Amino acid sequence: MSITLEAFTQYAPRSSRKLLDNIALTVEDRAFVALVGPSGAGKTTLLRAIAGLSSHSEGTLLIDGLPIHDRPVQDRGIGFVFQNYALFRHMTVARNIAFGLDVLPRARRPDRAAIQRRVTELLDLIQLPHLAKAYPDQLSGGQRQRVALARALATGPRLLLLDEPFGALDPLVRRDIRRWLRDLHDRMNLTTILVTHDHEEAMDVADTLVVMQEGRIVQAADASTLNAAPQTPFVMEFLGETLKFPGTVRSGQFVPDNTDIAPFPFEGPDGDATAFIRPHDVFLLPGAGQASVEKRPHFSNGLFRYQIVTAEAAFEMITPTDLSPQEMQNVRVDISRGKIFYPAAASEDPPKPA
Amino acid sequence: MTRQSSRITPVVLTLLSYTIIGLLIVLPVVLILHEALRQGLHTALETLKDPEARSSIRLTACVTAIVTVINTAGGVAAAWTLTKYDFRGARLLVSLIELPISVSPVIAGLVWLLLFGRQGWWGNWLGHHGLHIAFAVPGIILATLFVTFPYVARTLMPYMEQQGRAAEETAFLLGAGFWKTLIHVTLPDAGWALLSGVLLTTARAMGEFGAVAVISGHIPGVTETMPLHIETLYNGYQSVAAFAMAALLVLVAMTTVLIRMFLERSFRKQHP
Repeated sequence: MSITLEAFTQYAPRSSRKLLDNIALTVEDRAFVALVGPSGAGKTTLLRAIAGLSSHSEGTLLIDGLPIHDRPVQDRGIGFVFQNYALFRHMTVARNIAFGLDVLPRARRPDRAAIQRRVTELLDLIQLPHLAKAYPDQLSGGQRQRVALARALATGPRLLLLDEPFGALDPLVRRDIRRWLRDLHDRMNLTTILVTHDHEEAMDVADTLVVMQEGRIVQAADASTLNAAPQTPFVMEFLGETLKFPGTVRSGQFVPDNTDIAPFPFEGPDGDATAFIRPHDVFLLPGAGQASVEKRPHFSNGLFRYQIVTAEAAFEMITPTDLSPQEMQNVRVDISRGKIFYPAAASEDPPKPA
Repeated sequence: MTRQSSRITPVVLTLLSYTIIGLLIVLPVVLILHEALRQGLHTALETLKDPEARSSIRLTACVTAIVTVINTAGGVAAAWTLTKYDFRGARLLVSLIELPISVSPVIAGLVWLLLFGRQGWWGNWLGHHGLHIAFAVPGIILATLFVTFPYVARTLMPYMEQQGRAAEETAFLLGAGFWKTLIHVTLPDAGWALLSGVLLTTARAMGEFGAVAVISGHIPGVTETMPLHIETLYNGYQSVAAFAMAALLVLVAMTTVLIRMFLERSFRKQHP
C-alpha cells in the first residue's frame, strides 16, 4: 500500500501552532519505514495523520492514490498498534484479537468458526497459543505487544502502523520482536511504518529512515546514505556519537581553531564552519603535534577508547588498534574524514562530504 | 514517648472513625427501625397498605425508574462528549454539570414552578393544551431529573479521562462504529464506574425532597412521593406510619449500597 503526503501541515487544536510543517513523503508499497527523531518532533502525530486519526490538517494525504477519508474505515486496510497497546481490558486475548472481525457488518462477517480459526492462526503466529483465555492484565509487556499486533493483523491489513512498538520492552525481547516483526513484514507483503526514538533500532529493522525535527522531515534515506551524507548537523548528531570541531574554510582548506588538529583540504566557500566527525573516524599522526593520548579503561566489541588531550579541549576517539606508547606521544589529530557544515543560515545547500 | 504515641495514634483514629460513623450513620438508621417497629412488625406493615402510602410508593418507584434511565443515558453522553472530544467551552460545561449539586434543590423546584406554574412563562399555554407539569407527575420527574443529573456523568468522567482515547481509537481503526465502540469498548470498561453512578442516581432520586416538595404541590395520593408522604404523616402525628415508610426507604437505599459493594467485590475478583 503506498502513501503520499504533499505539503501536509497539521495544526494544534484551536491554535495556529504547527505540529507538522509542510510534510512531503512518499512510502512505496511494501516498504518498511521508520520515523525517527527526538520527542516532540512530530513522529507520532504524522503516524496518526496517516491512520486518519487527526483533524486540523491541510495538504494532501493519499493512500493508494485516494484521500483517506474517501474510504470507509473497514475498507482502509490499516492496522495500528498504539504505544501503550490499548488492549481492551475487559476482553480475553482471543476476543481482543477477534474484535476487528466481530464488528464487521453482518453481510461481510465470517461465521463463528471462521473467526475462531483466524484467532487460533494468529495466536500461533505470535507464539502465544496457550493464552487465548487470558486477560490483558495477566500478560507481560512483550506478550501484550504481540497481542496488540495480532489484533491489528486480524482483518488482514496491508498497511501496518506502529507507535513506539518496542518502547516498554527489555533489550533482549526488543531485539527478538524486532527481527520477528521484520520477518512478518516480508512474509505478509505488508507496508510498515514505525515510530521510534532509537536510531539503532530503526537502522536494524527499517529500509528507510525518516528523520524528523520540530514537525519537519529533515532527511529521508536508507541507513548508509544517512551515514555517508547527512543533510544537516542534526541528522549527523542524531544518528550517533559526534565530535564537533569549529574552524574556518579558507582557500580550499578547512582550518580547525584547535591547532592540535590538522587542517585538511575542503572545497567550499570561505567562512566559518564546523567539522562533525564520528569518534571512530578520528586518526592520530604521531610525532606531528603537541597533544597527548590516554587509554580509557573500558572497551567493547574489540574497540579501544582513547582520551585525546589537546591544549584547548579533550575528547574521546575509538579505534580497533591497540596503540603503542610511542604512538601516544606528541600527536596531531587527523579529522579529514569528518563532514563540514556551515552555520545555520548558509546550510541551505546540501553539504559535500569531505 | 514518640514511639508510644505512634502506636496509640492509629488506635485512637480508628476508634474515632467508628464513633463518628456510629453516631452519624448507624444510630439514625437503628432509631428509624426502632421507631417503625415500636408497635410490632405487623402494625408497621399495615400502615404501608394504606392507599395513600401505596400511591406514594408507586409514584416514587415510577419516577425513580424513569429518572434513572434518562439520566444514565444523558450522563453517559455528557461524560463521553466531555472526555473524548476537545472543544471550546468544555470546561464551562463540566462546571455546569455540577451545578445541581451546589444549588439548593428548593431553587430547582422554584425554577420549574416559574416556568410551568399557573402564573409561569409557559404554564398557562401548556395548561390550555391539556399539559399539566407543575403540581403533576411530569413536574416531579423534571425536578428529580435536574437534581440527579450530575451523578452518572461525574462518576464516569474521571474514569473515562484516565482511560484516554486509545481504546476508542483502536476500535475505530478496527472498523467499529460509534455505537459498537460505545457498547463493546467504552461502557464495559467503565462498567464499575457506570454502575456506581446509576445506583447513586437511583438512591438520590428516591430520596429527593426539596425540589419535589416545591413543584408537586403535596397532593396526597396524587403527587406525594415517599419522602413527602413521610413528612405529611409525621406532621399528622402518625409517627409509626411515618417511620415505617422511612424504614422502607432506608432499607431500599441500604440494598443499593450492598449491591454496589457486592458487585465491586466480584468485579475486583474478576480483574485482579
